[in-house]
Amino acid sequence: MTDVAGTPILEAPAALGAKDQHMVLNMGPQHPATHGVLRLVLEIDGEIIVRLYPEIGYLHTGIEKTCEAKFYQQVVPLTDRVNYLDPLSNNLCYALAVEKLLGLEIPDKAQWLRVLLAELSRLNSHLIWLGTHAMDIGALTVFLYTFREREDILRLFEAVAGQRMMTSYIRIGGLAMEPPLDFLDRVQAFIRTFGEKIDEYSNLLTGNPIFKGRLKGVGLLSAADAIALGVTGPPLRASGVDFDLRRDMPYSSYEKFQFEVPLSTDGDCWARYAVRLVEMRESVKIIQQALDGMPEGAVKADAPKIVLPDREKMKTQMEALIHHFKIVTEGFAVPAGEVYQGIEAGHGQTGYYVVSDGTAKPYRVHMRYPSFATLQALETMCKGRMLADVVAVIGSIDIVLGEIDR
Amino acid sequence: MASTLIGKAAVLEGLPDHPALKAILAWNPAALTDAKFDRSELTLTIVAEEIRAAAAAVQAAGYNFFEDMTAVDWFPSSPRFQLSYHILSHSYKEHIRLRVLVEEANASVESITPVWPAANYYEREVFDLFGVRFEGHPNLRRILMPDDWVGHPLRKDYPVEGYR
Repeated sequence: MTDVAGTPILEAPAALGAKDQHMVLNMGPQHPATHGVLRLVLEIDGEIIVRLYPEIGYLHTGIEKTCEAKFYQQVVPLTDRVNYLDPLSNNLCYALAVEKLLGLEIPDKAQWLRVLLAELSRLNSHLIWLGTHAMDIGALTVFLYTFREREDILRLFEAVAGQRMMTSYIRIGGLAMEPPLDFLDRVQAFIRTFGEKIDEYSNLLTGNPIFKGRLKGVGLLSAADAIALGVTGPPLRASGVDFDLRRDMPYSSYEKFQFEVPLSTDGDCWARYAVRLVEMRESVKIIQQALDGMPEGAVKADAPKIVLPDREKMKTQMEALIHHFKIVTEGFAVPAGEVYQGIEAGHGQTGYYVVSDGTAKPYRVHMRYPSFATLQALETMCKGRMLADVVAVIGSIDIVLGEIDR
Repeated sequence: MASTLIGKAAVLEGLPDHPALKAILAWNPAALTDAKFDRSELTLTIVAEEIRAAAAAVQAAGYNFFEDMTAVDWFPSSPRFQLSYHILSHSYKEHIRLRVLVEEANASVESITPVWPAANYYEREVFDLFGVRFEGHPNLRRILMPDDWVGHPLRKDYPVEGYR
């Protein structure tokens, strides 16, 4: 069989001369270290990876097709389910795309709350990554610690949205409702101690010789390869490309926040670990700034034909009741056009491409999710390394199969 | 910057200094059939045969990062398929959209994987879900649907429910 990069591995090539024959090994889709239903077919020479071919699609649900049959506002709950570890970023990205189509202005308070929630969502995503990544390497304790803090974040999500994971809290035109009165105090209480918690994880892992040995110099990815293969987010910055959409192409008033974008030029699993750890500390800073400078005002845009009215108004004002009825039964028409909105989510660049034909249902919704592109770089990172390193590399690129297969 | 510019002439007049536009004009002005600047996004429509060369031209002009690529099915109008390539520039901090229109009969364009290997999975996805072929793709086979699947689910004439 010819050795063409990116073609499926069906059988091992015949042995050449005195050499032993290569072996084909199947990993997944039910392997605990593949973070879902990822299937890898590996051609190995002893324990050295010669080729690696990901087989995906086990979780394909046709969510993009479903979107075409829903009203614009009905797509919001679908976006949660794509990347279920970073729900508010998905909501935010979709809402921004549709708002761009509509030309809708969002009140300051809603924008700042969106930033706050997106950062909490990033912490949520990074905590799961850290826990599972460390567990794959064999450091089981960290998982219990990170899930303790993740539980706090999920309680905060539950306080605003009534749902722990499928939040659907960021809607087209603002937020679903005002957050509860004590919400900001609860966030403050959470981040007051969260810095120490990051120190705690760092104490468990950064000095750990096994963890270090398993990650340093493993899964190397050069900056040129990262760009060529479409890698975004922390893995891109760990390879030395200084690009973060929050800073370079700000959305939702990120331009008003001061934060550092951590960078490393090593391009190995350890660099990706270090970059994400600093990113968590920067997220805490952003949340603190959002709490300190939270503007007053409404959390929904003044657009009665697009944004659902408050429950109280609906019961007392006829206009509001009519608008509510119209939006729920007929949706709202969105001017024809096409937009692409990218945001910096926990895993990398999430993008929504929404095409409207002027009706109340999206003509086409395409979701660009970071893991899909990052998975293409897996072979480059694993080639020539040991079989056990594959597990470390998969953990370090932080993939979610829900967003790969959609 | 101008708010909305529709049509090639209006965009050429309104954005004379845009680096991507300059690169396309310097490379082959005849390949640019239409242009649009809408909602602060620049869309350049390229003739289908020239997409790989156009991708290489904007890449050389500083649009270094392949973000996304997908198709839109405009059934029953003709040409039926629109391919949208989103290209990001890390230095200019903006992205552009290259747009290609493809007829339904023998729907096929050149693959841009020689320019950006990142397009590999995206082109496979479009092939899988829309049935557009990419010439020169190293591994053009279904990616999300099973290998023996019949039909292309994201086409507009493919039902959302019931039997195929």
